[in-house]
Amino acid sequence: MIAEIGLAALWLAAALAVLQLLGGVLALRGGTTSDIAALTRPAAILQGGLVAVSFAALLYVFAITDLSVKLVAMNSHTLKPLIFKLSGAWGNHEGSMLLWVTVMALAGALIAGIERRLPEKTMQATLAAQGFVALGFYAFLLLSSNPFERLAQPAAEGLGLNPLLQDIGLALHPPTLYFGYVGLSVAFSFAVGALVTKQVTPAFARAMRPWILGAWVFLTLGITAGSYWAYYELGWGGYWFWDPVENASLMPWLAATALLHSASVLASRDALRVWTIMLGVVAFSMSMLGTFLVRSGILTSVHAFAVDPERGSFILFLLALYIGGALLLFALRAGAISEGERFSVASREGALVVNNVMLSAILAVVLLGTLYPLLTEAFDVRVSVGPPYFNPVGAVFTFPMLAVMAVGPLLRWRKDGFGRITKELALVGAVLLSGPILFALLFGMAILPLLGLSFAIALAVASFLPLKGRKLRRVPVETWGMVIAHFGIAVALFGMASESAFSTEKLAALEEGGTTQVGPWSVQLQKVEPVAGPNWTALAGRMTATYRDGEPVEIAPQSRNFWAPPQQTTESVLVTRWNGQLYAVMGSDANDGRWQLRLWWKPFVTLIWYGGLLIALGGVLALVGRVQKDLKRRYVTRRAAERRVDMENG
Amino acid sequence: MSWRLWLPFMVFFGFLGLAAYQLSQPKDDEIRSAMVGKELPYFTLPPASLDLPGVDSRYFADGKPKLLNIWASWCLPCIAEAPQLEQLKEEGAEIVGVAIRDKPTDVMRFLSQHGNPYTRIGRDDLSEVQLGIGSSGVPETFVIDGNGIITYQHIGDIRPENVPVLLEELRKAGQ
Repeated sequence: MIAEIGLAALWLAAALAVLQLLGGVLALRGGTTSDIAALTRPAAILQGGLVAVSFAALLYVFAITDLSVKLVAMNSHTLKPLIFKLSGAWGNHEGSMLLWVTVMALAGALIAGIERRLPEKTMQATLAAQGFVALGFYAFLLLSSNPFERLAQPAAEGLGLNPLLQDIGLALHPPTLYFGYVGLSVAFSFAVGALVTKQVTPAFARAMRPWILGAWVFLTLGITAGSYWAYYELGWGGYWFWDPVENASLMPWLAATALLHSASVLASRDALRVWTIMLGVVAFSMSMLGTFLVRSGILTSVHAFAVDPERGSFILFLLALYIGGALLLFALRAGAISEGERFSVASREGALVVNNVMLSAILAVVLLGTLYPLLTEAFDVRVSVGPPYFNPVGAVFTFPMLAVMAVGPLLRWRKDGFGRITKELALVGAVLLSGPILFALLFGMAILPLLGLSFAIALAVASFLPLKGRKLRRVPVETWGMVIAHFGIAVALFGMASESAFSTEKLAALEEGGTTQVGPWSVQLQKVEPVAGPNWTALAGRMTATYRDGEPVEIAPQSRNFWAPPQQTTESVLVTRWNGQLYAVMGSDANDGRWQLRLWWKPFVTLIWYGGLLIALGGVLALVGRVQKDLKRRYVTRRAAERRVDMENG
Repeated sequence: MSWRLWLPFMVFFGFLGLAAYQLSQPKDDEIRSAMVGKELPYFTLPPASLDLPGVDSRYFADGKPKLLNIWASWCLPCIAEAPQLEQLKEEGAEIVGVAIRDKPTDVMRFLSQHGNPYTRIGRDDLSEVQLGIGSSGVPETFVIDGNGIITYQHIGDIRPENVPVLLEELRKAGQ
């Protein structure tokens, strides 16, 4: 019964999306005062409620493990802990698509409910675009991926969930990315709305900005969490593999970062109008493209998604419809949008434009590298593009971008000269140059880590310079956001460079009682013993790890065997010290009484994820600051309007 | 209207065409060895059974083309291809085996149950030779010409329809 309610709610929501699309389009033709136009906003709000009901129904059938529902039988198991039963609801294709439309419909309801700054025509066009995008996903769900499908014969037991996915980090990882993707779909709808009415104004940028910021925060968190998950769960010791699926999350982030900064220029200075619209379309395209690459199985990836060429075709069709449509609209309309305010090269806008160009170049590098195998396969050549391409080629654009990032926030809007900030420039330059000499002398490092460390330190210093000479308590919240986000980039960069420059790895075969050294750690294998969990058994290697002359720490990495479905995973153990992490992986039997161990010492590796969190925190502060300002502006406008009415009456 | 505004649209449609084409193609996950056309890497493997000698890479450079069969007693498709290997042997092919991660007792039991088409079998306990010649699974069969050059790779078990192909490749390698 609950499953049927969920399905019915989903159909009704789809019907409302049709109404939202029609209402918006008719309003554009017949004027915003028609009866139909009045229906667009309520349709969006009601749709959000219905989809929420549908998603709640899915959570419910997973919570009670209703094995007559096909999706539950395929992906869940009565023995699983409740939290993983619930996360199983979106740990599969159908459920994750339902989560996608849920977030999308709730976002639509929110804009329909509160957004009143833009001209009503632009709003109608935006909501129509939103309804149109949502409609495609409803069609996808209802016609080819019904999550509520019943089995003729209820299953006796579920087929479990991929044991790699039984992890709290992963339970939260896909929803986080989805919030990001969907936030970008809202920015996309705004861009389409503005293209339709050709009204690209600072007010438009201000309406769009919270959504970009929100999406950007979630994408940052999603990428950070996903990278940490890959780091400790896969047991390979790496945090980023340039895998197509990872790139699929990085590309929207790069586009969103560029969009965020260009929307800022548009909001403050009424410049970069067409470019901001383009980025709004590109950012969502990258989300859709990512979804397509992941779900169609068109590229080989370490991520095991349910791959299905038919679904791939469906998403490709949606991609053609939305992105092709938006780009067509862009080609037809963008020429009619005037350029906006001008500015000189040495200005805040100038720096932001350089930053945008660099980010777009990095995006192009990642996009090319990701799609290149697709291109060569058409000519029957198999290639795999990895770090030897991405790292150096990306670096060509990353380091100039970091340099601009250090200097840009010090410049004034519109017109400025470098003469005004010579002291600051000299300081950043000195730190930047002394770094390589110092590190090269001390450690004899490779070029990329060396540049990375120097730029990280210089940027860390530079990121606080915008606060110089200001009363800290009077600095606006969003400026703090910028400072912290930029500082976060420096912190993460320091972690990456340090990881690649100073990591040590040790592969050892030890007897019980044997000892080995890795970096400053000495690790002794005490005993190997079997351990049993709720749905797995494991071999645990009990070890004592000692950092220099410190207290020994007991650790026990495991090699786990799950039985539903049968699969082997490694449970690595991390021991964190302020200056890095010991990473221990239990291997298999070496057949001669010894056990294989894999150990790493990774100095400052944790800074990568702390940096990610700082970047996200910066985004949150910027969002809070912007929303506060918007509310204030709204209050002031309302008061002014009331005064005018009072005066007219009075 | 500027042509530059159409650029994103056109690039996007280029991508769409490519993606649609690739989706319509059957997905081929086989990974071909990059060693085809190159000389066998140098190796010496101990015997994998008590009654046949082991394998030395120099043995292949005696002027006569041979088949190099990568297999294992624990591999089910290897049982399926056993009759085809027998047939190849009857047609005059010399087949050298490399047993992957195997034990002599298991190898001998397999040969007594499914027949022995091999003249030599080497024991590759760590898959070193297998990886060295670019094989990613069992069974796989390579054609090696009389100078020790790998000329052809067959991935998966040999089906009856593959037998003439392999014989033809052997003939070509002998020229």
